[in-house]
Amino acid sequence: MMKKPPRIKVPETINAGEIIEIKTLATHIMETGNRKDAAGNIIPRDIIHTFTASFEGEDVFSATLGSGIAANPYIAFFMRVPGPGALTLTWLDDGGTTTVEKVPLNVR
Amino acid sequence: MLDRRTFLLEGSAAVALIALLCSIDGARAEPAATPSAEFNAAFNTLIGKAVPREAGLTLDLPDSVENGDYVPVALAVESPMTADDHVTAVHLLSTANPRAEVATFRFTLLSGKAQVTSRMRLAKTQDVVAVAELSGGRILVARRKVDVKVGGCGI
Repeated sequence: MMKKPPRIKVPETINAGEIIEIKTLATHIMETGNRKDAAGNIIPRDIIHTFTASFEGEDVFSATLGSGIAANPYIAFFMRVPGPGALTLTWLDDGGTTTVEKVPLNVR
Repeated sequence: MLDRRTFLLEGSAAVALIALLCSIDGARAEPAATPSAEFNAAFNTLIGKAVPREAGLTLDLPDSVENGDYVPVALAVESPMTADDHVTAVHLLSTANPRAEVATFRFTLLSGKAQVTSRMRLAKTQDVVAVAELSGGRILVARRKVDVKVGGCGI
């Protein structure tokens, strides 16, 4: 479960055909499943295991994450913007929470 | 005259000094941990029968970090990203974390560039390994050692 909505950064204006960088920062504990609580019980794993990015229904980039990714996962990736449209970013975690953000791209 | 007591005292002081020097030296040039069985299995599965090359894959990590909880990592593959010649995935592996598979990043032709930046956890001083899968079954491998002063908390 994300305590705050993810932060997403894309360029303010984009030329059609341009390759842009998309920076994302999710708020998540990324509990590894290897730690124990004070009573000696394993704290269950709770991580964002999947991140996907699509543009108008077409896959752009995706990531499968393990417990070796740091808390508050930061993922920055690239995209060739074919024309006007919106980017859809999705984070899935072990608790079954799906966080979806739609980012309209300002394409000239 | 060197009696037994003086000998022992001097001896223990020397041992303490050697231990101190070793700990300072160790913090600077600790060898990478032995790769885990899980890493070896995951790496061999990814490589398969391919002959891995190094050119074209960049794995960028700091040489040493104070804190293994939060280690910046950047991966980049030189590729035109066309239908005929592109990168499909880059796998990020740890040789000595409790889990070898840190992340898999998958690219498409819409990615434009096979490049990704993230932050990882490192439990101890070790090699980090990246394996890139390219069109036509080509495989690239990159390896970087990172000295870790304090391991990632509880990983």
